[in-house]
Amino acid sequence: MKTTTLNLATLAVLAGTMVLTGTAWAQAKSAAEGIAEYRKMLEDGNPADLFEAKGEALWKQKRGPKNATLEQCNLGKGAGVVKGTFVELPRYFADTGKMQDLESRLVTCMETLQGFNAEEIGKTAFGRGEMANVTALATWVAAESRGLRFNLPQGHAEEQKSYEIGKRVFFYRGGPMDFSCASCHSVDGQRIRLQDLPNLTINPGDGVGFAAWPAYRVSNGQMWSMQLRLNDCYRQQRFPFPGFASEVTVALGTYMGVNAKGAQSIAPAIKR
Amino acid sequence: MADPMRIRAQAAGDKATVRVLMSHEMETGLRKDSAGKTIPAWFIQEVTATHNGKPVLSAQWGPSVAKNPFLQFTVKGAKAGDKITVSWLDNKGDKRTDEATVS
Repeated sequence: MKTTTLNLATLAVLAGTMVLTGTAWAQAKSAAEGIAEYRKMLEDGNPADLFEAKGEALWKQKRGPKNATLEQCNLGKGAGVVKGTFVELPRYFADTGKMQDLESRLVTCMETLQGFNAEEIGKTAFGRGEMANVTALATWVAAESRGLRFNLPQGHAEEQKSYEIGKRVFFYRGGPMDFSCASCHSVDGQRIRLQDLPNLTINPGDGVGFAAWPAYRVSNGQMWSMQLRLNDCYRQQRFPFPGFASEVTVALGTYMGVNAKGAQSIAPAIKR
Repeated sequence: MADPMRIRAQAAGDKATVRVLMSHEMETGLRKDSAGKTIPAWFIQEVTATHNGKPVLSAQWGPSVAKNPFLQFTVKGAKAGDKITVSWLDNKGDKRTDEATVS
């Protein structure tokens, strides 16, 4: 009789443990799922649409000292071609003789076609003046390639060099916290608080990492381009800010973009 | 001048779902800028919607509505080809009206 009671007690304790573990696991899962669900709900009314519309209007509008549109801008697939360019950038441009990402290429077009001062735009803070227009343009160009798969060209020597530079920068540790991009973004399943961190040394999957930016951030109501995203990564590492469209940021874009080969672009996405 | 709204209206059965995305700063008047000065309140106060010219929705909004607000509502009896217009008026007197066709 005594034995039976003991056994029953043990069973009850065991059951209790199981229930506890079960609950903890369900909570951890629903947190990640909860964020995914939240994003899904917001997707329907993604304010990035507003920036997309603004970018499209800017593309077709006669502006700048030369009073011209950007419709003759060559984003890598010939003058005036927009669709499909986003998933093939950064790439090497023979006319400027350098590797360029989407934003730096847009600034080049604004300078050559419209007569804006590229250096001045580069110095403008994100979200202000012409820089806000560059972001809107980038949002629209990215949206035109929505659903396409990343396939960055690696045929030119400069393109291969840029990938190698990007890789070194990605793993370069420094700053007061001795951080590198790889500290957070080189392992699967890593996260900061509840935010999943994509592993950017491989293809992180469709619409993750490089394939999600430009994106609208709900928390601050701002449209973020890739350049600003990189800027903020460096801020979090307590590095000095990299220059806008500098060789380093373009190289990082090349590194992430080549790694993301085959990933479907969902940009402009919506982020928390 | 205010940026355009994005309006999508889709008919399903005897009603249509209208989804509106407005471009507006929606400043509460409680935030301060980097110099410590209060940023003046600037928000949408009135929202109205019409279906083929007939008012179907009128709302009074305040500073608690988020930046770049999203509004969704259903209109009974709306069918494909009908016109839906949405207008807003903010506390600075700025206004914007956009029209969409139900699809």
